[in-house]
Amino acid sequence: MTPSDRQARQQALRSALRPHLPEHSLLWQAEDTTPYECDGLSAYRARPLMVALPETEAQVAALLQVCCQLGVPVVARGAGTGLSGGALPHEDGLTLSLARFNKILHIDPLACTARVQCGVRNLAISEAVAPLGLYYAPDPSSQIACTIGGNVAENAGGVHCLKYGLTLHNVLRVRGFTAQGEAVEFGSEALDAAGLDLLALMLGSEGMLAVITEVTVKLRPKPRLARCILASFDDMRKAGEAVAALIAAGIIPAGLEMMDKPMTAAVEDFVHAGYDLEAEAILLCESDGTPEEVEEETQRMCAVLQSQGATRLDISQDEAQRLRFWSGRKNAFPASGRLSPDYMCMDSTIPRKRLADLLLAIQQMEQKYGLRCANVFHAGDGNLHPLIMFDANDPDQLHRCEQFGAEILETSVAMGGTISGEHGVGVEKLGSMCVQFSPEEREQMLRLKAAFDPQGLLNPGKVIPSHARCAEYGRMHVKRGLLAFAELPRF
Amino acid sequence: MNSLQDFQARVREAAARRSPLQICGQGSKAFYGEAAEGERLDTCGFSGISSYEPSELVVTVKAGTPLVELEALLASQGQGLAFEPPRFGLSQGRGGTVGGMVATGLSGPARPSQGGVREHVLGLTLLNGRGELLNFGGTVIKNVAGYDVSRLMVGAMGVLGLILEVSLKVLPRPVAERTLRFEMAPDKALAQLQRWAGQPWPISASACWEGALVLRLSGAEAAVQAACQQLGGERIPDDQATPFWQGLRDHRDEFFLGAERAVQGGAHLWRLSLPPTAPFTALPGEQLIEWGGAQRWLVAPQGCGSLRELAQELGGHATLFRAEDKSCGVFTPPSEPLMRIHRDLKAAFDPDRLFNPGRLYPDL
Repeated sequence: MTPSDRQARQQALRSALRPHLPEHSLLWQAEDTTPYECDGLSAYRARPLMVALPETEAQVAALLQVCCQLGVPVVARGAGTGLSGGALPHEDGLTLSLARFNKILHIDPLACTARVQCGVRNLAISEAVAPLGLYYAPDPSSQIACTIGGNVAENAGGVHCLKYGLTLHNVLRVRGFTAQGEAVEFGSEALDAAGLDLLALMLGSEGMLAVITEVTVKLRPKPRLARCILASFDDMRKAGEAVAALIAAGIIPAGLEMMDKPMTAAVEDFVHAGYDLEAEAILLCESDGTPEEVEEETQRMCAVLQSQGATRLDISQDEAQRLRFWSGRKNAFPASGRLSPDYMCMDSTIPRKRLADLLLAIQQMEQKYGLRCANVFHAGDGNLHPLIMFDANDPDQLHRCEQFGAEILETSVAMGGTISGEHGVGVEKLGSMCVQFSPEEREQMLRLKAAFDPQGLLNPGKVIPSHARCAEYGRMHVKRGLLAFAELPRF
Repeated sequence: MNSLQDFQARVREAAARRSPLQICGQGSKAFYGEAAEGERLDTCGFSGISSYEPSELVVTVKAGTPLVELEALLASQGQGLAFEPPRFGLSQGRGGTVGGMVATGLSGPARPSQGGVREHVLGLTLLNGRGELLNFGGTVIKNVAGYDVSRLMVGAMGVLGLILEVSLKVLPRPVAERTLRFEMAPDKALAQLQRWAGQPWPISASACWEGALVLRLSGAEAAVQAACQQLGGERIPDDQATPFWQGLRDHRDEFFLGAERAVQGGAHLWRLSLPPTAPFTALPGEQLIEWGGAQRWLVAPQGCGSLRELAQELGGHATLFRAEDKSCGVFTPPSEPLMRIHRDLKAAFDPDRLFNPGRLYPDL
């Protein structure tokens, strides 16, 4: 599109939207739209044709109808904290900011639910219901800023999802609009809804199937007590085996996190959480429930950790200390920002038993690509967040970083895992989708999208790569560990 | 048929003839849903555990595997399917298959505390209407690569594809379990359950019927013991409690056996899925309330129109679970925009309407 074409298109969109939205809800001047150029993945940037900040559902519906008529792509955006470029603007499209949908609409203490607008922050829900002794369980590390709408779009996890589940397990109903601007509700305030489970499809669909405006979440009673064990290991493999041993003993910890030595050093310097700097790996292992239950479970956990060769065990003695233990883990990303000008955070999931293998492979990749990498894991879920450090001002480093990341993802798929546990595919992992899915599987997902959005206007170009893109990426589909059928021709 | 190639060939051949297929396992849930049409496609020959790793909390199993066989294996490792899927026809040596469990999406008494089938499906392999073999999801708990097609198959009544293999999340069995009984009218029982729901009690199942509330507590020994002391009620001995919950789960207890007899006499067994806080509604016929109020079973003498509207007004939906005459439709139809998405999804997965046509909705 030439600059004059672009200007004409912008003009046409502005005049078509003006009857439906107040002047202050539309941004089109470069200085106003520039802040929307990227989300949490700042290596990718694009300036949208226009940004709209509607305030009512009627405005969202009208806006979608206009975009549908004019064939303008729409990219929905919450807080912009996403790490995979899911909210990267479309250059010829409209970025639909839902920041003004920030009200908690209804809290039902008897049903243990909250109906909130999509732009409400994750942590704001738990804060609002705390006086009732309730909370919203999924707690991604960005929970002070990220919104519930974005959490639904990414099926966000957090550090407690082994026991309490992902967003999927904690959302009952989603209200929103189709690409054509029709109001739709997925799920219900009962435990299921009639017909196909479209709510399950909405979760993790990265804004490609519908625009979400309202979410009903499930609340849980706050456990009476939580206690965290900090366990040190002198060998990464022992720490990985301790994770498997805990689960094999029939224990489902409320949280089970692992950090390697470089990461521990980085966060200890940042937040002074009291971590063991000598350890090759540390595990954070949490128990929650009634005081009796926690006492019993903590003892069982300590026994397993000790039998797996833990070199040091610290148990939080009060809530302040427990939060301090967690503050280090939750600040892993900002702490890494002090080690290196830029970092790229990966997000693959592998079977738990392969944790140590993948870590060793990553150490070899550090040599191969000449870049450093620090690691945090949601160990209980087998979800890894290697942070590859680089300097974005050096194009060669950026390129090596991308190659490094892609190799981690491919290795994860080959180990029977997946390229994204909780951050989503966005634009960042489009190439790796070609590795995880066969052409027929990708084609099926493209047809699924078309069933919701026949014109392909909602967040186009994200998540599911075209065949042309995969051909260009040049890597073959890697058959996954257990589900692959070696005897069948797949191409 | 016992290999993927057999199924693929069969589906391609049926597609070439545009001849519909009805997917059958053991037929233990043949009573459920709209009438089946088409040639039988039997999955029972495709049976067996593909992999099971207790420390990964994952089992991968072929669709024709009997549920009882899978559960026996899990129990040998102290694990189980936390959502307690019903096993129909157990007394006739059936109990259903894993494929049927996923396709119907039915869960048992533990549903409110543990989640349902959908919350435990991690991935699956299916054949679409083009005869293409597709894998979605995987064997890991956290996975957001691409759309969640595997969970879309849960409760889809087989209309989108032939499920061939499923990976399920499994969990350790609770260490301790106790059952308490309270004399309580249903409206009082619902109010009591709601008060408890907002507090951290280890409640894992509930049932209200005939003026009594029966409550199951599961978890660590210390937690269950403490809850027992504080909640009160009459303790039901385990040798009565275990068969009671299993009977409820498998629809073999007094209420459901009575319902089956009534259905043979022309009555309807309805399943009402409602927000748990929906008020108790006295309706003609026997009513059993489960899931803390979120699932209510009603043996209705006749007729159905008003019941479906009532459920919708209360924020839920009504399913005609068992009936001889299903002319008023089994499942509540979704809103028009959602129905359009249903039709387009059907076309996206199964363009020739090969699999279970009409089994979910007549025109799907």
